[in-house]
Amino acid sequence: MSASSSAVPPWAGPRRPSPPRRPGAYTGQPPPKLPMRALKGVALAICCLLVVGPFLAVVATSLADAEQVNAAGGLVLWPDNPNLNAYRAILAGGIVTRSIVVSVCITLVGTALSLTFTALLAYSLSRPGSFLSKPMLLTVLFTLLFSPGIIPSYLMVKQLGLLDSYWALILPTMISGFNVIVMRAFFMELPQELIDSARIDGAGELATFVRIVLPLSKAVLAVVGLFYAVGYWNAFFNALLYLNDNAKWPLQLVLRSYVVNSSSLTPEQLDVSSLPPQQSLQMAILVLSLVPIALIYPFIQRHFTKGVLIGAVKG
Amino acid sequence: MQVADQRTTTPAPNDTHPPARPARRPWVARLKRDRWLLLFGLPGLLVILTFHYIPLLGNVIAFKDYQPYLGIQESPWNGLANFAVIFNGDPAFLNALGNTLIITALQVVFVFPLPICLALVLNSLLSDRLKRLVQSILYLPHFMSWVIVVAIFQQMLGNAGLISNWLLRNGHDAVHIIGNSDVFKELITAQVIWKDCGWGTILFLAALSHIDIQLYEASGVDGASRWRQLWHVTLPGIRPVIILLLILRLGDILTVGFEQIVLQQQAVGTQVSEVLDTYVYNNGILAGNWGASAAVGLVKGLIGVALVLGANKLAHIFGEKGIYQK
Repeated sequence: MSASSSAVPPWAGPRRPSPPRRPGAYTGQPPPKLPMRALKGVALAICCLLVVGPFLAVVATSLADAEQVNAAGGLVLWPDNPNLNAYRAILAGGIVTRSIVVSVCITLVGTALSLTFTALLAYSLSRPGSFLSKPMLLTVLFTLLFSPGIIPSYLMVKQLGLLDSYWALILPTMISGFNVIVMRAFFMELPQELIDSARIDGAGELATFVRIVLPLSKAVLAVVGLFYAVGYWNAFFNALLYLNDNAKWPLQLVLRSYVVNSSSLTPEQLDVSSLPPQQSLQMAILVLSLVPIALIYPFIQRHFTKGVLIGAVKG
Repeated sequence: MQVADQRTTTPAPNDTHPPARPARRPWVARLKRDRWLLLFGLPGLLVILTFHYIPLLGNVIAFKDYQPYLGIQESPWNGLANFAVIFNGDPAFLNALGNTLIITALQVVFVFPLPICLALVLNSLLSDRLKRLVQSILYLPHFMSWVIVVAIFQQMLGNAGLISNWLLRNGHDAVHIIGNSDVFKELITAQVIWKDCGWGTILFLAALSHIDIQLYEASGVDGASRWRQLWHVTLPGIRPVIILLLILRLGDILTVGFEQIVLQQQAVGTQVSEVLDTYVYNNGILAGNWGASAAVGLVKGLIGVALVLGANKLAHIFGEKGIYQK
């Protein structure tokens, strides 16, 4: 956790005299009446069900056996004989497996590059009074106000010779101005004395950054890393625009073809002899595309509010 | 090794008679002092320049008769001819513009206020644990790609989807929602709500948690009911955030979910689903009308910037902070 999580950060406005709210805490308001509370409970339960329900149906269908899927004519709500046939078929080494490997590699390489260069840029913008930091900051801020447009971006990528290259999925979205601002704000909250004392002890800029600043910034690194990773994992537009060769497709394009557009997967494409029902296959691809996010999400979720707020208020 | 430099020896801030600022060092010295910091920022800055600033120059093709085999520089100038689609009101362009404006209007009316209502409900929950659980669940769809969201909607609402199947089995007619061009705009509005309504509460919840409890106590002493407090304390407390987000939304008035619409365009046809971004994509990159599409993209971008700046000015006039200070 960050060093500053206990104090009220500057973006939260002036310090209030009132104590922080605790679980079930006093809010200064009379408690709501029972019918109102019941109404709210029901409304929120429905909202949560609308979000969770579809996911459960998708997972259930991916696990169901062929007879049940055919009998249901589509989605299954509860698999009677859960099995992993659909996953086995998909992961046997055909087109879907390849696209998953592509997506995982793009996400890992992209996130590592993005995080490294975003942190470096944000740090260099966070030191007060350093040479050229103001014009550099403005350069970053302006990117939040406008985007160059689809066609000029496409021509740029084309001119760099990146069409049909995996780098086209990484480089154009490698640095997000929003994330730079979030990180810069976090670095500026760190006590400057720490950096100064490291300097007095003889540490150079790089040592200060790696040994003092980064260890204190795990929270913001986690949040920004998640934002980048989700961006790369979900990248659909860039792939659609820049990759014509469907042997190079990442998972999102495979999802579009075989789930959204319902093209049928053939045994040859999947490198297997016989196939479970298409519906199960589709839902299994869908589930696999959700797994990485579902795995990371719980660990980083508690840092969201802070990361988003800094960006919104300071940007 | 470096020694402590000028930055670290500034006078104490509450000194009543601060000494005159030391003369600025010459820029060569500052460049030398900060060479490492500059080097740190360089790669990131280069990426931004390459993919955000240089493409801006690429907008010149809006004024050229762009030929892919000639390249940007060699293609002949053709003045404002590309802008004819806009000024002469090309039907396809007008259709895209109309759809964009209708979808934006739907989003401002239905998508914008919902997170505020949801945040108010969440904020009024007495149990913090329940609140956090609901938040965790409702944030989740924000992290799904549009491909996943569209796929899930198809599975639920499509002709062979869960709801249709259930209705058929119980002797009703199947619902016809996915691929029905009459309800396409409502459908994509619902998708946006499903995906981002929970996530949209984050800023409002933070603003709500910073409203002074003493305001509630004082109004309670004056006899205000919970509804009165909502109206006179809570809503004014989050007004700056609401206005901030409205301004930002205004800047995106001509931008409505490109990925979301491209994914579903085949099913309903361009008549109801073409928006400006998909028009630029279909007409430019797929059909090869580079110049005209770039012109539409350029005008769209300029209108967006103008709207943000204008709205911000308006916010200043009404005494709000807006997105940046003057």
